[in-house]
Amino acid sequence: MTPHPKLSISGLNKSFRNRAVKVLSDINLEVADNEFVSLVGASGCGKSTLLAIIAGLQESDNGDVLVDGAPISGPGIDRGVVFQSYTLLPWLTAQQNVEFALRETRYDPKEIADIARHHLDLVKLSRFADSFPSQLSGGMKQRVAIARALSYRPKILLMDEPFGALDALTRGQMQELLMQIWQEHKLTVIFVTHDVSEAVYLSDRIFVMGLNPGRVKETIPVSFARPRTGDEGHDPELRELQARVLRSIRQETSGQDVY
Amino acid sequence: MSYTTAKSETLRKKSDRRRRKSLLSMNTEFPTPTYVGIAICAFLLLLVAWTIVARLGLVQPIFLPSPLAVVTKLIKLAQDGTLGNDVAISVYRISIGFLIASVMAIATAILIGAYRFWEAAIEPVLDFVRYMPVVAFVPLSILWSGTSDVQKFLIIWIGTYFQQALMFKDNIKRVPADFVGFGRTLGMSDLRVLMRIVVPSAMPQIWDTLRISLGWAWTWVTLAELVAANSGLGYRITVAQRYLQTDMAIGYILVLGVLGLATDQIMRLLGRHFFKYEKRT
Repeated sequence: MTPHPKLSISGLNKSFRNRAVKVLSDINLEVADNEFVSLVGASGCGKSTLLAIIAGLQESDNGDVLVDGAPISGPGIDRGVVFQSYTLLPWLTAQQNVEFALRETRYDPKEIADIARHHLDLVKLSRFADSFPSQLSGGMKQRVAIARALSYRPKILLMDEPFGALDALTRGQMQELLMQIWQEHKLTVIFVTHDVSEAVYLSDRIFVMGLNPGRVKETIPVSFARPRTGDEGHDPELRELQARVLRSIRQETSGQDVY
Repeated sequence: MSYTTAKSETLRKKSDRRRRKSLLSMNTEFPTPTYVGIAICAFLLLLVAWTIVARLGLVQPIFLPSPLAVVTKLIKLAQDGTLGNDVAISVYRISIGFLIASVMAIATAILIGAYRFWEAAIEPVLDFVRYMPVVAFVPLSILWSGTSDVQKFLIIWIGTYFQQALMFKDNIKRVPADFVGFGRTLGMSDLRVLMRIVVPSAMPQIWDTLRISLGWAWTWVTLAELVAANSGLGYRITVAQRYLQTDMAIGYILVLGVLGLATDQIMRLLGRHFFKYEKRT
């Protein structure tokens, strides 16, 4: 018997406004255990909608979403989500924010404080455990959000442009940190981004999504050896890969730009 | 003094002059004591103008007594216990009326802010009643509950509940959708998301709404006491009118202003204390 893929989506469609506007058409994809995949595409391709459907926050018209071979029914603690907007609860400290998630997901109250501290340590924020979100920078807030999403051990981590609101320098540091955590802790990650170099740096595979209606038009494997250092930027092979992803996205939008 | 220091001295003076001028320019920042000083000056200016008008006999004392006469009257009323009694009764009425309205309005707002069904069922009704002038309900309120305290609660309730419910609803609706999404991904029930994430997130805004609507409540309690009461600040003002005691009427209006200002400041301070976490450091 072959083991189930971690996540498998088949024949999934999604439309808005009483099926008048089709946003996702016949999505089929599989993600293996411990794989890091990205969904990239121009805005409006439905990548965030697809992630929300996987998270169980939106419903599809039809089709299946299976986690470990079992269909999902709504959101669940087997899938952790890091949103693009900051979702730390402002009246709780960093430590309390992680503890909140652990408490709601029914962890043993005696262990909660230790687990939270450990995960803040993981994102290198131990020093800011007692800071409120208003006292943290955007990058720090997203690090707490990552710690919070990882703390209750979901099978899949879903990230919706988590670094989209950050400046370039912070974004680079965040990518590095995420890479480090992913390599050390072995996670299945689905990462939505419109930043091609980010997708190439982080992913094992990239799903390029097309427009009108949103669909997976191409799957591009990234076979660069890990650990990646981020210095591969000058590697011609990698640049060629980035260019290929970019071309694939642009083919979709060019039809709209040329009149 | 060397040439260069002399030169820098004149430069400094020049820039000083520029800074002084900026007190009146748009969006200038200056220290809190300056702000308080300006505010006090404005009050003093009004007081001086009032004194001059009264002293010069431009208006007869029966229409506009001097500030001194008003204060003297207030002191007398404070000494014989009338003032304290009236304040206590009005504060009691506004506390109960406002509390009932606020609790009901928050409950309504949670319901209509989170559930489309209840929004459709309740909000149009709220909107409809909101446009009926509160004063038009005064005769009805007397018909229903005479001149009792219940009539005061009723007027305060009509005046604040409908406005509050819609404003609180807006406060609730402004909580980002991703906060709800975050709660759902933890497997929390709708009710739990509402009570543990949405309502606490909206709390600072809800508090602001409370503070603003408390200001209106002072108007409504005074109105209710003006038309049908045997006690309270509003009642005493009608008595003053009946006996041409203009000093008492003006004094009580000033007391109402001070009470409103004081409650507002207390709410502000409490808010700053409760929602300390919002402040950047």
